[in-house]
Amino acid sequence: MNTAFFDAAFEVPHRTPERVRNDAVSTEAPPSKGASGSVRFEAVRKTYLSSAGPVDALKGISVDIPAGTIFGIIGRSGAGKSSLLRTVNRLERPTDGRVLVDDEDVAALDEDDLVRLRRRVGMIFQHFNLLSAKTVFANIALPLVVAKVPREDIRQRVADVLKLVGLEGKENTYPSRLSGGQKQRVGIARALVSRPQILLCDEATSALDPETTLSILKLLKDINRRLGLTIVLITHEMSVIREICDEVLILEGGEVAESGDVWQVFGNPRHEATRALLAPLSRGLPADLAELIRPAPLDGQPCRAIVELSFTGTGDNELDLARISTALGIGARLVQSDLDRIQGHLSGRILMNVPYRNDLAAVISNPLLANHTRIVGYVAADD
Amino acid sequence: MSPQMIDRLWHAFLDTLTMVGASTFIALAAGIPLAVFLVMSAQGGLIQAPRANRLIGGLINGFRATPFVVLMVALLPFTRLVTGTTIGVWAAVVPLSISATPFFARIAEVSLREVDHGLIEAAQAVGCRRWHIIRHVLLPEALPGLVGGFTITIVSMIGASAMAGVIGAGGLGDVAIRYGYQRFDTTVMLVVIAILIVIVCAVQFAGDFAVRRLRAR
Ligand SMILES: Nc1ncnc2c1ncn2[C@@H]1O[C@H](COP(=O)(O)OP(=O)(O)O)[C@@H](O)[C@H]1O
Ligand SMILES: [Mg+2]
Repeated sequence: MNTAFFDAAFEVPHRTPERVRNDAVSTEAPPSKGASGSVRFEAVRKTYLSSAGPVDALKGISVDIPAGTIFGIIGRSGAGKSSLLRTVNRLERPTDGRVLVDDEDVAALDEDDLVRLRRRVGMIFQHFNLLSAKTVFANIALPLVVAKVPREDIRQRVADVLKLVGLEGKENTYPSRLSGGQKQRVGIARALVSRPQILLCDEATSALDPETTLSILKLLKDINRRLGLTIVLITHEMSVIREICDEVLILEGGEVAESGDVWQVFGNPRHEATRALLAPLSRGLPADLAELIRPAPLDGQPCRAIVELSFTGTGDNELDLARISTALGIGARLVQSDLDRIQGHLSGRILMNVPYRNDLAAVISNPLLANHTRIVGYVAADD
Repeated sequence: MSPQMIDRLWHAFLDTLTMVGASTFIALAAGIPLAVFLVMSAQGGLIQAPRANRLIGGLINGFRATPFVVLMVALLPFTRLVTGTTIGVWAAVVPLSISATPFFARIAEVSLREVDHGLIEAAQAVGCRRWHIIRHVLLPEALPGLVGGFTITIVSMIGASAMAGVIGAGGLGDVAIRYGYQRFDTTVMLVVIAILIVIVCAVQFAGDFAVRRLRAR
């Protein structure tokens, strides 16, 4: 991807009024004053009337999504993620409460205004939802065709977004001939071609292999940084959140379990649902240690302790090797490390195998070593 | 076979072509809008019109339930109103069309309903209005099914048109009954059957070929 292209063709449209005036879609849909891509949910409820009786999918969700952020919504299957996301472009109407996009109540829009809103809010889907009867070009051009953008502009803009997503030369291919990753790139191009301020992603990488997932996430992050686009992203994988999100909302049974900056939620998960979602990312006790470990110091023989030092990213805790080794003394070994740096904050934990002594508990309680420390257990000395 | 018989068969062939061509054309022109309406107005569709949906659906069922021979006779007053006569090829086109339209509409409805709802949502999400969705999503995505359904309609109208002889419409089926059956001319009977088989095979082959081409994208 080349930067010159972004600068030339994709300079953040809402910050360059002249470009906006020359632009057919935007002319039809002049961004309202101060439009920048923020979303606010106010006590949003959604009840589906299914044959099996009413289903409360959302039970009063209030959240603010600041413009320009990458906002993750995570939760188990059936938690209400899609229901919540789909209220933003009114694919779903809230049963109660309000959804505001740039302070505009989505529920109050008439059909013309709704169409205008939808041109400001792009969306991509888990299963891509590309039209099989249309070529890549025609798929991406559709939002402009129905907005009556002149043919020449369409050609140019489709070429621009194709380049942006790295699919030059695929114009005349049909979607069935593309790989999953390529299909999602077409989906992204189709969502971006109207130059939206918000991009909604419903499990956009859940149907992709890990490598392709990473490349799509990287593309989304690039788009966010360079175009200043707000991205609201649903996933059921914490690794996706860690990879690109600024803020995260954890949904559980239609309610907010917790929300906040990603590093905070990762460093110090408060809700059981969050811990459950984080579990696949954290490593447990190594198997060989788990077999040997005892709950108490061994009587009458030299023994070692397994010490865990956890970092939550709060305060100015850095992992100070000299301080740790001084405190734990000669013979302290690093057994396992599960550390990450999220948004500039250290998060995770290390396990140390140290010679046991009577004052060990007091020594490791020093708050300068780590945010939390504890003795996990004891093993026989091997030396 | 005598030269007159060959001439008679040729004209019967043209009559069949006219009846089937005209009635299936009308079925296509009227059946697709009906099918689109049925799909759009169904529960959870893009148009909220449950009563109109039930009404149209009921009418279609009524016509589908009536055997073609009965329909042909029952429609005689209407046929006279439209064509000014109750005999001949064009008089047969009226009941044939009225029989073919609901038939094709139901088949087309099934194809349209099978279009992935996600595609409709994706179109809505990029700012498509209802008309755009019909034009850019429903019809193109259902096209292979529509072509296949239209092929079936043509073939079944070739069969139905044989009964149009009852109201003096002529056609291949009529020749087969009058000469082959009533006058025991087995050769004529076999020739007519052979011609019908060739026509049906040709139609089916063309239809299958088109569907395969469309699906190959
Ligand atoms: N159209 C619908 N009709 C009835 N129930 C629905 C519908 N859509 C979603 N639900 C129900 O609402 C709940 C939340 O669904 P959803 O928002 O799709 O969750 P998620 O995206 O987190 O998996 C689920 O229990 C689901 O069965
Ligand atoms: Mg979902």
